[in-house]
Amino acid sequence: MAENRPYAPDDGVEASENEKAYWSQNIRLLWTLMTIWFVVSFGAGILFREFLDQFAIGGYPLGFWFAQQGAIYFFILLIIFYSVRMKQIERQYDLDD
Amino acid sequence: METQTLIYIFVGLSFALYIGIAIASRAGSTKEFYVAGGGVNPVVNGMATAADWMSAASFISMAGIIAFSGYDGSVYLMGWTGGYVMLALLLAPYLRKFGQFTVPDFIGTRYYSKAARVVAVICLIFISFTYIAGQMRGVGIVFSRFLDVPITLGVIIGMGIVFVYAVLGGMKGITYTQVAQYCVLIFAYMVPAFFISFLITGNPVPQLGLGSTVDDGSGLYVLQKLDLVLQDMGFGAYTDGSKSMIDVFCITAALMIGTAGLPHVIVRFFTVPKASDARKSAGWALVFIALLYTTAPAVGAFARLNFIDSVQNTEYAEAPAWFKNWESNDLIAWRDKNGDGKMQLGKGEPFKGAPLFAEEAGTNGERIVQNEAADDNPNEVYVDRDIMVLANPEIANLPGWVIALVAAGGLAAALSTAAGLLLVISSSISHDLLKKTFRPKITEKGELLAARLAATAAIVVAGYLGIYPPGWVAQVVAFAFGLAAASLFPAIFMGIFSKRMNREGAIAGMVAGLSFTFLYIGWFKLWSPESNVAANWLFGISPEGIGVIGMVLNFAVAIAVAKFTNAPPREIGQLIDNIRVPRIR
Repeated sequence: MAENRPYAPDDGVEASENEKAYWSQNIRLLWTLMTIWFVVSFGAGILFREFLDQFAIGGYPLGFWFAQQGAIYFFILLIIFYSVRMKQIERQYDLDD
Repeated sequence: METQTLIYIFVGLSFALYIGIAIASRAGSTKEFYVAGGGVNPVVNGMATAADWMSAASFISMAGIIAFSGYDGSVYLMGWTGGYVMLALLLAPYLRKFGQFTVPDFIGTRYYSKAARVVAVICLIFISFTYIAGQMRGVGIVFSRFLDVPITLGVIIGMGIVFVYAVLGGMKGITYTQVAQYCVLIFAYMVPAFFISFLITGNPVPQLGLGSTVDDGSGLYVLQKLDLVLQDMGFGAYTDGSKSMIDVFCITAALMIGTAGLPHVIVRFFTVPKASDARKSAGWALVFIALLYTTAPAVGAFARLNFIDSVQNTEYAEAPAWFKNWESNDLIAWRDKNGDGKMQLGKGEPFKGAPLFAEEAGTNGERIVQNEAADDNPNEVYVDRDIMVLANPEIANLPGWVIALVAAGGLAAALSTAAGLLLVISSSISHDLLKKTFRPKITEKGELLAARLAATAAIVVAGYLGIYPPGWVAQVVAFAFGLAAASLFPAIFMGIFSKRMNREGAIAGMVAGLSFTFLYIGWFKLWSPESNVAANWLFGISPEGIGVIGMVLNFAVAIAVAKFTNAPPREIGQLIDNIRVPRIR
């Protein structure tokens, strides 16, 4: 085991340029999707609920709808999108399983 | 046929099914025992995960909690589903690629440390036992309410069933019984929900019904009517909460992150064949969970309306049969404060604490309550919130077989979760503590035997906790989520996304997050419950939500400590590169 070794950013790199490019594309996608995840639940369902409640979707005040229904539907869409998109990205980089 | 007979038939058939599946899928190796051989179809695993995840609390209690807290109940709806996004995007595929058996396996290997592994095992055992005691209790309660069996005997029967399929079949047996249990529980939940939605709104789909108008000619939307009726009675509006925004925010976050850190959920994603299947499987799991979770708020709202309609200002003598049934089960009580013989609902406690009934009956035939008076409010009726699901079929006048179905469904929910928890406890003992830490020379056969013995011991302890629930069980459910959020989640997350995070940082972070959260919850829930009011809370965050602060503390301590200690060895960098890529090199 290495002792007293300073940290180098490329430490232990086994990853090829291809794998690094794949990983940074994955990270960018994660930032986008996790932002949406935050906006539909914590944003629409909690922080901006009162503002959104002046609008309605059927008999649901909009903010309330996000908190008790909408956020969950968006969660499902996010996972489906990520699952499909990642498969494409992995094929593109020839890294799929 | 009589309802009672139907209940026996439904419950008996479902149990026979579970045992049949268990015998058909016995585990022959540790890999089958721990991760069902690693070859479970992602859709099947999604269904099993849904049953694993949805416990007695989701099935029996959640709709009732929402019914009585309106908007505030959203913390459970978002909190117990949003974690799956984190699982699918941030954890599951990488942990699957890592390809071992347990959560401490990952932490111990990634942080090249037996100490880290043992800390993870301690977190895991604490989280899982807290959770499982509640499940066994749930089994006992369903038995006693529906089958007239004493709670103790109910718990013992439940232990016996779980023993057969968890000890024989391990993860393999559990997976396929959980699939059957999901089918039973979702059917049992949806059927009464369709009926009651149709009854109130004319639309049988509860998710749409909750957004429709009430079918009483008033033209009001369900939520509008509920707001009006509740405000008339002195409550706040249903669509408005009473919790502060920061508390709602933190509880939701703690439940989400806690979900993503719960070992019995994570380990389900070790059973699928590939990393990409883990993502897909998390998506399916959430679809199956969402079916119940988007129905629950509708059931809650309908049940509340129905309850008010049939109780408010009704003479006790005219009270519906279900009211008296549940009164005789101690879950409803009425004290005629104003002496008019009619039942009035309102804000506040009808009397202090849970009802203590006297032997004799009151002037209207009601059971007399001996509790200390609480005369500062007009509310006369005590209701246990669990009734909203359990009595829903009776309140809506549904046929006997629906009631029988609900009994079988509640048992399925509790048993499936209990089995999943038992499995992670037993594998953390036989695999992480014995094989990987203290007895590395143990044979495959010996390890399998140890896993079965550990599962047996865990069932006995869980049963004991179910029969003699320590007073704190109900008080500390917050522990399980808060601790998972504050201890395991950050360690796993940084293990994947940071190459710099090292052994020292991870251990210091877990210990800091765990102790802070433990002490905060312990202080307000166990040692000083009288001080558990918003004014005393840190930043106004209740013990339910404090796991988020514990998590932030974990990250901060871990990053600071890692900055001043050695970087992880080279092999760890390679391990991380490897788990980040789905293809097997």
